Amino acid sequence: MTKMNLFSTTVCAVAAAVFLAGCGKSEPGAPGATTGGSSSGASGEVIKVGEFASLTGKEATFGQSSHEGTAMAIEEINAAGGLLGRKLELVTEDTQSKAGEPATVVNKLVSRDNVVAVLGEVASSRSLEAAPICQQSKIPMISPSSTNPKVTESGDFIFRVCFIDPFQGTVMANFASKTLNAKKVAVFTDVKSDYSKGLAKFFKEQFTKNGGTIAGELDYNGGDKDFKGQLTAIKSENPDAVFVPGYYTDVALICIQAKQLGLNVPFMGGDGWESEDLVKIGQGAVENHYFSTHYHPDVGSETSKKFVANYKKHYNGKTPDALAACGFDSAAVLADAIKRAGSTDGQKVRDALAATKDFDGVTGKITINEKRDATKSAVILQIKDGKYKYLTTVNP
Amino acid sequence: MEWFFQQLINGLALGAIYALIALGYTMVYGVLRFINFAHSDVLMLGAFAAYFVTPAIWKIFPAQSITGALLITLVTALLCAGMGILIELLAYRPLRKRPKLTVLITAIGVSLFIEFTCQHKAVFGSKTRPFPQLLPMHDFHIGNLLVNSNDIVVLGVTVVLLVALWFIVQKTKIGTAMRAVSFNMQAASLMGINVNRIVSFTFGLGSALAGIAGILYSMKAPGIEPLMGIQPGLRAFIAAVLGGIGNLPGAALGGIVIGIVETYAGGIAGVSNYRDGIAFAMLIGILIFRPAGLLGKTTIEKV
Repeated sequence: MTKMNLFSTTVCAVAAAVFLAGCGKSEPGAPGATTGGSSSGASGEVIKVGEFASLTGKEATFGQSSHEGTAMAIEEINAAGGLLGRKLELVTEDTQSKAGEPATVVNKLVSRDNVVAVLGEVASSRSLEAAPICQQSKIPMISPSSTNPKVTESGDFIFRVCFIDPFQGTVMANFASKTLNAKKVAVFTDVKSDYSKGLAKFFKEQFTKNGGTIAGELDYNGGDKDFKGQLTAIKSENPDAVFVPGYYTDVALICIQAKQLGLNVPFMGGDGWESEDLVKIGQGAVENHYFSTHYHPDVGSETSKKFVANYKKHYNGKTPDALAACGFDSAAVLADAIKRAGSTDGQKVRDALAATKDFDGVTGKITINEKRDATKSAVILQIKDGKYKYLTTVNP
Repeated sequence: MEWFFQQLINGLALGAIYALIALGYTMVYGVLRFINFAHSDVLMLGAFAAYFVTPAIWKIFPAQSITGALLITLVTALLCAGMGILIELLAYRPLRKRPKLTVLITAIGVSLFIEFTCQHKAVFGSKTRPFPQLLPMHDFHIGNLLVNSNDIVVLGVTVVLLVALWFIVQKTKIGTAMRAVSFNMQAASLMGINVNRIVSFTFGLGSALAGIAGILYSMKAPGIEPLMGIQPGLRAFIAAVLGGIGNLPGAALGGIVIGIVETYAGGIAGVSNYRDGIAFAMLIGILIFRPAGLLGKTTIEKV
């Protein structure tokens, strides 16, 4: 037995030595790969980029869109020759739209897959869960579309390529008081979601500053199915409009039940509404309501138009939504930073990311500010005949 | 005042659904003395069964017709009854002679098994799907109150099913056998009652009710997903305990009470996110002050 053990140990040691030597040899072939032996040993020829997204579950279309955008960006970069002479590989993990999952899968991405950076998530609560892990291991993380300000406050390795909720809340509050001429607005918040609570807070602040009154502040829990109790209370306040900063599945059911209760005022929301499923589930009940989001395929720069055309070619004529565009941008900004850093070292990539200025993204010019957020414009859309109609662009 | 009555209507419509689910919990408890936690998943399976059956039935009968809706409900109820019988046969019957705790834990396992199997891509996937509108919708105005035809359908169906259930349990031979088994399983089998058949029947009946409750629930909130049963299931369980577990009218009463309390709580700003907390506080309160439930009888356990 001891002999066997000794033998197997020797075999392992030899194998390890050969493997390490092999890696060492391939190292010079990769220009600029100056990272320590241990991390580049695992990433080898390709640069591994981690992604975590809600591919299934309640917010499945968020993750799917975002993933499609990200994956397409990675493919385009590889088709153009890759980065630092190496190809990119996207390692994607599913968070199932559930709390608790992001921590597990991001830990796996960081410790087992040895990714150089992490891209994700759409929902702020889930980005907030993963951020401390990336921060601790000094792996840059870029959230494509989490808008809660707290996300990037997790540490100096956490970035985002979208606007934040103080801006989005202000945009919708101004829209309510100036365009809709609303004096009384009810706010209906998902208390389970950091995104919803944050957006509701910033909306209320701006709307009261505009001279409006908040008529009724009601709460629900994401995943609830019956909202009639709250909606009846909202209706008895006779608001001019209702602000629901939630996610599309809940919003669709809320609109259906509001219609059943005869609450026929405009509903407004944020980028959490953006999903084809909002119309599929909500059908007629979501007609004529408004929401703000990151971009609209019909308006935008040349980069944006090119992206829409490529995306349609890539995904059988599907029109990219804002989350796909943000997903694309997150990967593009990362690639740009790695190129400028000339390395995949966490610290160097982080510094390059922080220095991102006027990057020509699909969702507009991206400049990362000192809080590691992107300063960008928002668009307001209206749901008309089951389609998202572009109304206006609001600049910061 | 208008607010009060509107909420009462909302609460009744919600409570009626809880009542239907609670009946299944309470019936199984009455016969086998354990909580079938997989019951809430039968509700979900019922919603999905209706989702898949509807297009087929609408090919034969016009869409949104009453006959079509009835037929969809019937097929769903039968499928769910079969599912309930199958669950009992595979998971609970082999454990009939084991301690009750074993069966209870198995029930939790069955529940998780169904939920997570159904979330797999090859089964239903975890995406929310739009539930078809089975009946045309109308609004009825009574003064300032607005009653949706859906709510009336929910309440009507519940009342009919409650009466039918009462009739089955009290007036039919199989109902008498059910009651006999719930009194004393051994004695009942000595009297020539086929206990296995009665247990299967109980599961079938309870699951059919859960399936119909699934349809009604999906008519209220037309987005269905594999975890949709958990919340109403939990509340119906509270309702069953509140009314006195094992007691049929108690389960119905408990369901209505929970539905109404939850709706009123939801309609008060500042309290609306404590809805679940209030429901569970009621459960704790009833367990402390009246452990047998509102309509339950205190039984003395022989040691």
